[in-house]
Amino acid sequence: MTVPDVLGGPAAANLGAPLARANPVAKLAVAVAVSAALVLTVDVVTAGVALALEAVALPWCGLGPWALLRRGWIVIVGAVPAGITTAMWAVDSGAVLAGLGPMTVTEGSLLAGAAITLRVLAIGLPGVVLLATTDPTDLADALAQNLRLPHRFVLAALAAMRLFGVLAEEWRALTMARRARGVGDGGLGGRLRTLAGQVFALLVLAVRRATVLATAMEARGFGVAARRTWARPSRFGPADAVVALGGVALAALATAAGIAAGTWNLVLT
Amino acid sequence: MIAVRARGWGWRYAARRAWAVRGLDLDLEPGQRVLLLGASGAGKSTVLAGLAGLLDPGTGPDGSGRGSVDGTGEEEGALLLDGVPVRRARADGVREGHARTGLLLQDPLTQTILARCGDDVAFGLENHAVDREEIWRRVEVALRWVRFPYGVDHPTSRLSGGERQRLALAGVLALRPGLLLLDEPTAMLDPDGAALLRERVGEILDSTGATCVLVEHRVGQWLPVVDRVVVLEPGGGAVADGSPREVFAGHGTRLAEAGIWVPGVPFRPDRRADDDRRADVGRPDVGRPEAGSRAEPDRPADVGSDPENGPLLAARALAASPEPWVRRSRRSRREAESVRPAVRDVSLDLSPGTVLCVVGPNGAGKSTLALALAGLVAPVAGEVRAEPGLAVVDGHDAGPHPRRWRPRELVRRIGTVFQDPQHQFVATTVADELAVGPRRLGLDPAEVTARVDDLLERLGLAHLARANPFTLSGGEQRRLSVATALATRPRVLVLDEPTFGQDARTWAELVRLLLGTVRSGVAVVVVTHDEPLVEELVAHGGATVLRLRDGRPVPGAGAPGDPRPPHGDAAPSATPRRPDRAAAAGQPVDGSRIPAGEAR
Repeated sequence: MTVPDVLGGPAAANLGAPLARANPVAKLAVAVAVSAALVLTVDVVTAGVALALEAVALPWCGLGPWALLRRGWIVIVGAVPAGITTAMWAVDSGAVLAGLGPMTVTEGSLLAGAAITLRVLAIGLPGVVLLATTDPTDLADALAQNLRLPHRFVLAALAAMRLFGVLAEEWRALTMARRARGVGDGGLGGRLRTLAGQVFALLVLAVRRATVLATAMEARGFGVAARRTWARPSRFGPADAVVALGGVALAALATAAGIAAGTWNLVLT
Repeated sequence: MIAVRARGWGWRYAARRAWAVRGLDLDLEPGQRVLLLGASGAGKSTVLAGLAGLLDPGTGPDGSGRGSVDGTGEEEGALLLDGVPVRRARADGVREGHARTGLLLQDPLTQTILARCGDDVAFGLENHAVDREEIWRRVEVALRWVRFPYGVDHPTSRLSGGERQRLALAGVLALRPGLLLLDEPTAMLDPDGAALLRERVGEILDSTGATCVLVEHRVGQWLPVVDRVVVLEPGGGAVADGSPREVFAGHGTRLAEAGIWVPGVPFRPDRRADDDRRADVGRPDVGRPEAGSRAEPDRPADVGSDPENGPLLAARALAASPEPWVRRSRRSRREAESVRPAVRDVSLDLSPGTVLCVVGPNGAGKSTLALALAGLVAPVAGEVRAEPGLAVVDGHDAGPHPRRWRPRELVRRIGTVFQDPQHQFVATTVADELAVGPRRLGLDPAEVTARVDDLLERLGLAHLARANPFTLSGGEQRRLSVATALATRPRVLVLDEPTFGQDARTWAELVRLLLGTVRSGVAVVVVTHDEPLVEELVAHGGATVLRLRDGRPVPGAGAPGDPRPPHGDAAPSATPRRPDRAAAAGQPVDGSRIPAGEAR
């Protein structure tokens, strides 16, 4: 009857750390500011400075290197191949360092590859920290109370996220049940058919579960257009403002460095 | 302490032709505790949802509130709480900070709303705009009321079904409803969890004086709590009403026929001449000449005399976990075990024509053991070994490890019936569903058709052959899921809670079916909380009982009535034996010996 915590939750993090303790909206602001700055440009200096500044702030996030790796491996898995591919295939410029047919690694393409890798890492890191140090319930509270997002959507999304764990378990039961029925070993076509059927069955079960969950929530007064109170106060204090402004400053510094070095280039143009 | 009044009330869900409830006239005095009975489909849950103010007919095409434009159905008549229409009563409650009604549903897993226990109880209070300090005070009180063993920060994902149900009850009670609505609240709990919840509900009703409407199949256990019984008929309103004694005296037989567990009315199975044949669908072809053909239906369990009939399946020092990652690292293994106890130290043999009942409280590892025996999860330690009597079918040896068999090999050897039948459905019609397994075996179409028709007829599903399995009733789905497992004539049949949530009629049919399957030489494993089922299987099927607690066999423990002395082995083990032949042959399996109704 247990549900795996698919969202991870902040199990491995030291939640007393100053940045981990910050209001989720402040952490979200950092992530948004950094992303906005880095989406605009692909260059080594801006991305590198942003990543370096993030690394400086990391000790206050309460995540050890091991915990960071466990939560953030997916970012590295995305960043490194993207960089390598760019280095091989990007528009060539500068001296040719290596080549094989149409694939050449030049100084220019190597720089572009490095920029891509640094950029993905710098954008990903604040997100990893946000997810690893924030309880989804706290995030929802902050979104509804501090950002004033409509609480019906925020709470419905929060409840639905818990349902994902239930569905993960349903999926395992479906997989075993299908094996017990003798299906799933008929070559690629058979497997795909089985998978399609299983996805459909999961959808049917998900709708059924969601209906019951909605009934349980409505039976406790959810959805009536009326004032609502919050059992858990979510406060956005001066310290949180400092964190958010720190994120904006980080983004500004990185952009300034890029412009100063002359490498900053607007991607959109 | 709310009075309920229904006048000609009816509800029809959008896109349904038939009215779920129609013409309901009902008056409940404040503080009355009413048991709502009726066959499945009689609209009991609809009445509860209606009372909770959750059925919304929308504004209607002409704004009259009668048709459905943005609502979920069509309403007629009136449904009032203390003279106020139900939907307005709900909205008033939200504004005033305490709910008129509290609704507790059946499924514990889906009713949990938030990730921490305290937040989950607080959810309703927040919606009712209760002040923060008052919220946490009421959360504490509500958790104490239901004797909740954990603090407010405990993660809800770690709760058992019974604990979840009590948490949901706390969330309802914190709103101080004057009318408590209970929709089969114990149907999915183990006996201990159910007893605890019933006891808490009784005490809370005593101390608050709240009015209560309860829907429940298993009547007997709740009788001490209720003082009035109302029987609904599909689309027909209330057809019987009175004290429990009056209603059961006057309508007991008819209620029993509708599948309700009526106290004191012995269940009467339909004594059709083909009862034994219906029960005998599980016959495997054990490689003998008449295998595959329909032998005469009522053969005694003579498979036991075959020299080749040693054990089919053996477990030795078996440990298993349902978590797929449990083997990968010590860290996650520790986490997995803290969340869900795996099963360990199990040694047993399954022989043809025997039954093993696996019992124990929720979380004891029963289902995990069943999955391991069925070749669906890999052992963490020890082994599950298929003996040649099971591994070799039609001259093909699939090897000794069921977990490594291909699905096609597995389905021919071990049949598994899951707790939720819907997990197992893979086809769009009942007939196709039954044909899936036989087709996977590569049988020729004529033989497939013959098997399907045979099962349809014997299990009383012939009139549903073209229906979609998902649209069947709970009892029909259960019978179908057992039939699909039997269609490939496996030599071992594993069932997880086969009687869960079933009405009395389906229950008796399942008992007959299982006994017939055992008698035909199949080794049957039944994981169950259902003590009457275990008693039946012990008395008429010579079942051995394996009791698990915290993932380990309880040494020397058997079910009440287990005729066999416990084994004296130093290591805890359960070694089911064949029932002795005289006993097996001498037990008619015709329902007349099944005191199902009495057991309730």
